[in-house]
Amino acid sequence: MTATTLPVLAARIDTVIAARAPWSAIVRRGERLLIEDLEGNQAVDFLMYSAADPGERYSAQDTIAAQRNIFLRTGSVLLSNEGNPMATVTGTTVARHDTIGGACSCESNTVRYGHHTKAQHACVDNFLEEMLRLGGGKRDLVSNVNWFMNVPVEADGTLGIVDGISAPGLFVCLRAEMEITAVISNCPQINNPCNGFNPTPVRVVVGT
Amino acid sequence: MTTTADPKGARAHARAMAGTRVPCMPTVPAGASADPPPGVAASDLLWEETLGAGGYAARELRRGARLRLVDLAGDACVSLLLFNAERPIERLNVADTIKLQWQAYLGAGSLLLSDMGRALASIVEDTAGTHDVFAGTSNAGTNAHRYGDGSNSGPYPNGRDRLVLGAGKLGLARRDVHPCVNIFKGVRVGTDGALVLQAGSFAPLRQVTLRCEMNLLVVLANCPHVLDPRERYTVTPARLTAWRGPATAGNDPIRMRSPESERAFLNVDDYFSR
Repeated sequence: MTATTLPVLAARIDTVIAARAPWSAIVRRGERLLIEDLEGNQAVDFLMYSAADPGERYSAQDTIAAQRNIFLRTGSVLLSNEGNPMATVTGTTVARHDTIGGACSCESNTVRYGHHTKAQHACVDNFLEEMLRLGGGKRDLVSNVNWFMNVPVEADGTLGIVDGISAPGLFVCLRAEMEITAVISNCPQINNPCNGFNPTPVRVVVGT
Repeated sequence: MTTTADPKGARAHARAMAGTRVPCMPTVPAGASADPPPGVAASDLLWEETLGAGGYAARELRRGARLRLVDLAGDACVSLLLFNAERPIERLNVADTIKLQWQAYLGAGSLLLSDMGRALASIVEDTAGTHDVFAGTSNAGTNAHRYGDGSNSGPYPNGRDRLVLGAGKLGLARRDVHPCVNIFKGVRVGTDGALVLQAGSFAPLRQVTLRCEMNLLVVLANCPHVLDPRERYTVTPARLTAWRGPATAGNDPIRMRSPESERAFLNVDDYFSR
């Protein structure tokens, strides 16, 4: 199944996440979470936790192992660290999404780009702020999904975040398979092409 | 009347076991190892232990220590977690490890990076070349599906629950068990993102040596790779040997290997400025 038009949901939440900002919400089992890339090539860093057991969380490795592929596409089932389905990608107009590249941080930016980037805002700060507010903390931050981000791996293992393959109005839609707390960092990175060097707002809709 | 019917009899029975050797066990003290690594004095040995099928271990190793892992019979698969021993909230980050080094495949000269932009460990020797940062380890469900059971109390323990026990013995919890690196079984990314498993069996005695760049908590589990297609629970012993060594020098070739590596080491130096 390849979606082509933006799903219309009976929205319980319909909001725009400002450029560079965090966001979180409960998504009930069976509800959809729609993320729309409003201006194009905006990486949306994403984690989720079981609402019933915060120790159960998205696992990139379990997800990759089960589908035997590093890319997330329509039909991908996002698994928890217990191996349970947390969400399914029910449709997306982007060919593939990333889950190996992780989240940018002030500290990793110093290694990637130099110490002049230490003070720049970063996804880990968004995730950490949101998790601390929700009663969690840094130990809950694990390898995440990067919706709309393009990370190819070449034959010799060289990998990197390269120019995006998303565009204005493209989207990804998930169905929650359990009640989840979805946490997003609308990526503020300005040192690589993951946001086209220009972080922009995205729209999120939760509904049925 | 049995020999263990009273405390003295039970004590004698227990003490009669002393000196028993089995293939998979620690050597204590480590300096009593019959086969230390070449050039390593017995007095510098810190840890010597062989993990059998489903075995696990948790250990603190200081900055500069070396940890050699040997795949004794060609089917070891060691899942590895690393934490900063001083502040375990800093831990191995597999995404940063590959992203910051622009390289998905670990080998000699690779760093294992923390989530704080620092080198936790370097791979100073690698005769295997088949390792995996993508697939993680097995869990109770995957082992139950493949082998009929995956519990710690059963014959086919799963990697994640072994890592949970190891982390737990260091005061950490299930939530601290982060994405792992698998040593000795490889995953390559094929066309269009598909995983290609390098499952072996491999030649015996392949080995990897890590150098601790910070004071570390190391948690390891030796369980079949989660994608290992073999029907039987197939994993052979891994020998672990650690010895003390100097902290990495400023002109170390791994440190100077790339600008990213150099900055990860600068961040370690900065951390130890106290």
